[in-house]
Amino acid sequence: MATPEAPAASARADRNHGMRIFLIWLPLAVIADILIWFVWKPHMPPGTMTSSAEHQQFDIAFMALLCAPVLLFVWVYAAYALVTWRHRAGDDTDGPPIHGNAKIQATWIGATAVIVLGLFVFGTVELIVPAGAGAGEGPVPIWQPSTPHRLVVQVIGQQWAFSYRFPQFGGMESSELLLPANTTVEFHVTSLDVIHSFWAYQLGVKADANPGVDNVAFTTTKEQLGHFTVRCNELCGLWHGAMFNTGFIVPPGTFQAWARGLQLKEARNGILNELPPYAPTYDPTVVPQLGASIVKIDGITGAAGYYYPPQDPVTP
Amino acid sequence: MAIEAQPGAGRMQPVAGGPGNGRSWWMKPAVHTGIVGGIIGYLVGHWLGNALSYDYAQNALSDTNDVPIVLGYVFGTIGWLAGLGIFNDLGRLMLGHPLRDIEHAPAGGLAKYFRYTLDHKVVGIQYLFGMITYFLTGGLFAMAIRSELLSPTYHLMSSSAYLMVVGEHGTMMMMMMSSVVLGPFGQYFAPLMIGSKRMAFPRIEAIGFWLTPAAYIILLSGLLLQGFPTGWTGYEPLAVQAGPGMDTYFMAFGLMGISMILAGFNIIVTYINYRAPGMRWSRLPMFVWSMFTVSFLQVLAVPVLVAGCYMSLTDRTFQTAFFANQLGGSSYLWENVFWFFGHPEVYILALPGFGVVSEIIPVMCRKPLFGYRTAAAGMIGVALLSFFVWQHHLFDSGINPDMRPLFMLTTELISIPTGFIYLVALGTFWKAKIRFTVPMLFCLAMYFNFLLGGVSGVFLSDVPADTTEHGSFFVMAHFHYTIMGGLIFAFMAGIYYWLPKMMGIKLNERLGRIHFWTMFIFFNSTFLPLFALGMLGMPRRVFEYALNLQPLNVWVSISAFCLGGSLLIFLFNFIMSTLVWREKETGNPWNSRGLEWQVSSPPPPENFEHIPVILSGPYDYGDPDAPPVADLNPPVGVVSAAYAGAGAGLEA
Repeated sequence: MATPEAPAASARADRNHGMRIFLIWLPLAVIADILIWFVWKPHMPPGTMTSSAEHQQFDIAFMALLCAPVLLFVWVYAAYALVTWRHRAGDDTDGPPIHGNAKIQATWIGATAVIVLGLFVFGTVELIVPAGAGAGEGPVPIWQPSTPHRLVVQVIGQQWAFSYRFPQFGGMESSELLLPANTTVEFHVTSLDVIHSFWAYQLGVKADANPGVDNVAFTTTKEQLGHFTVRCNELCGLWHGAMFNTGFIVPPGTFQAWARGLQLKEARNGILNELPPYAPTYDPTVVPQLGASIVKIDGITGAAGYYYPPQDPVTP
Repeated sequence: MAIEAQPGAGRMQPVAGGPGNGRSWWMKPAVHTGIVGGIIGYLVGHWLGNALSYDYAQNALSDTNDVPIVLGYVFGTIGWLAGLGIFNDLGRLMLGHPLRDIEHAPAGGLAKYFRYTLDHKVVGIQYLFGMITYFLTGGLFAMAIRSELLSPTYHLMSSSAYLMVVGEHGTMMMMMMSSVVLGPFGQYFAPLMIGSKRMAFPRIEAIGFWLTPAAYIILLSGLLLQGFPTGWTGYEPLAVQAGPGMDTYFMAFGLMGISMILAGFNIIVTYINYRAPGMRWSRLPMFVWSMFTVSFLQVLAVPVLVAGCYMSLTDRTFQTAFFANQLGGSSYLWENVFWFFGHPEVYILALPGFGVVSEIIPVMCRKPLFGYRTAAAGMIGVALLSFFVWQHHLFDSGINPDMRPLFMLTTELISIPTGFIYLVALGTFWKAKIRFTVPMLFCLAMYFNFLLGGVSGVFLSDVPADTTEHGSFFVMAHFHYTIMGGLIFAFMAGIYYWLPKMMGIKLNERLGRIHFWTMFIFFNSTFLPLFALGMLGMPRRVFEYALNLQPLNVWVSISAFCLGGSLLIFLFNFIMSTLVWREKETGNPWNSRGLEWQVSSPPPPENFEHIPVILSGPYDYGDPDAPPVADLNPPVGVVSAAYAGAGAGLEA
């Protein structure tokens, strides 16, 4: 060093630098957190259409609240350092030989450990309380909603469409998804061919559709009516990009009328008899004699034993 | 200690000019004979496959039988290696002829770069050019993807062409990234930084490199077979259903895996056994620590990938059903096998970046590295924990829901050792004299980008939040921030920092700064909006998206094209500086204490005239009492005393 500072003066200078960084960081962190919680959170995805979506929105906002000060600390510190301690022309000396500082290192390790363990506890609570947080829990779900009154919806993925079966309505099958408001829904997601993933974006539900596996996910709809998007979220071949449709949350009465009506219609025109009986999973090779005639009616492409050959279909 | 001892030196027959010396150039084994060997091998393998499998049942799901094409690739690879002369010495051993001492053959001009050469410095340069080729090819595929995503529905490519491009981009980049630092810098500087004259296993090292062009050609040949529809993850049973292009994925990834395992073993053995006297573990440069930990990851994790690729290939050829659910297999098995490799793999990509930046910042800050032990502990911690997190890729898959809190914990824990790397950087900046050279700028950008990548990873580790983000563009942005923003920026820092050492040539600084600023700005303007796109509901690997997402996608695409243009600036600078301008740099331009900078640039053929004796750590800047880093001409007897009992002739 060109001018060795006295230890006391050096310690005072250290404290001044530290204090300045802290004083720049603190208001920025407070402002950022206020903006995140009060301005950004209400607009954060995936919205508040269901209980699981609302929990996910809360989680994302909470973690943003936690991460913003950390990001700001690194940025403020680095910016301060790069400006204050930049190399000045003509100065060819080296910096002070500081090899470390046990107190600072211990503080850093302790602080990051506390944040991380806190996040783990938070994440676990937020996983268990909203009954699996809308994620697929496999065939034997361990976190279940408290109510036994649930609408059971089976989601069947195949290349490249979703179809939905309602066992509480005689196993009726539909290519569109309507859900009643204020109802706990139990999704059973399975696939006929390759891995798909059922992502009902605004519902906050995501569960992989594995062939031969019944993957259960829960959510509870709220008073909010309207449409939601369903997309395939796992690469499943050629028309993966085109595998989406729109669902609706409707008043319970409307839902009942729609579901009963569809059940009666399918009973009348024989579809219910020809469909394989409702089961957690299906093997598309078991009922090969079914197929074309079923597929054409009402656009239903479900568990009728039909799936596209591996070549490009003419239309998705 | 096998520092300089030549096992079997008596069997060696010194030659000049590498294998096949004395013949005219086209008779000597090199790339052209390798190509001939590869073609012959492919034809033989294809014929053999047809002969073997003429009465096989066809694959139940894809209606093809891939025995001929897979055997073609296997024999083609063997033919390529044989054509390069890699098996010549094996043949000589078997026939009882004396071995040729090709390891100590005098340098043979440019031709040595196109041959099976055993000098680690040549292999490092070969890797450098090879990996840049890989990177630019993968980048072109990225440009194609972004062109397609200019429109919310498919317009430029058919859906099958789009999937093909997506798969080629992902796989090529993943294969390249695993070797992009470990290959060029790891191989080149491993012995130089620890005071050794050689790698432990030069032949294994060279084979490791020569497998990468084979993997490159095989992967690209997938374009002729309509590609593979699975992306870089190769999920089953889609992979069983796919056409013969799928075989190129498994073959190429498997070959690259073998290359990684070989490189890893070599580096581990070299670091343990070939350190110069005085190069204690507490004096190892951080870059060496990162290479050491990465090598353990490669040796332990990559065999799982190779095994998985092999099992998939038997599914596709010999009608096994490891992964086909319809035939009694399990697609979960592939997901587990793949991610048990795949998650250590992403740290195989992150750790070299940590190593490069931790190596460069003390030099540019003119200060010792803050918390040397913390930095080393961080790397070891990341490496250990990386084996316990793989199921966070399967949070929505329906497997093991009861294990989710555990994998959430391990995933979040890994941010503690990663945080050490930031503590070390911030501590090193304290009261430093920071020089904003081009390598330093890339290091700072790496810290900036990796911070965003790491913090977004915290969101993904949380199961409830992950339900929204999983498999969406959010994930895509996250790992591009860590891999491209982290590793590729570190790689660029390494190129600007070490190219004077490797080639004795300086890259143009003005162009370097233009390259840096364009790359940094356009990288962020490309990938930052992708976080938003993912949050707004756009899944990965789709060619159709909601209409309201088009403005953001167009913005991203245009930024991506500019990012591509920035890499063209780099390419221009690289080609012009190394081939045309050739601005000489022979000394120590960064005034670094690193051992590799104490010898001339480029280093002499044997690295060090004598085995050096290491006197102090590599980062003792600012300490007037610190001894020089090494004694390059130690008094006679010191080295042999240090290795007493290891045999004579150590200081020859």
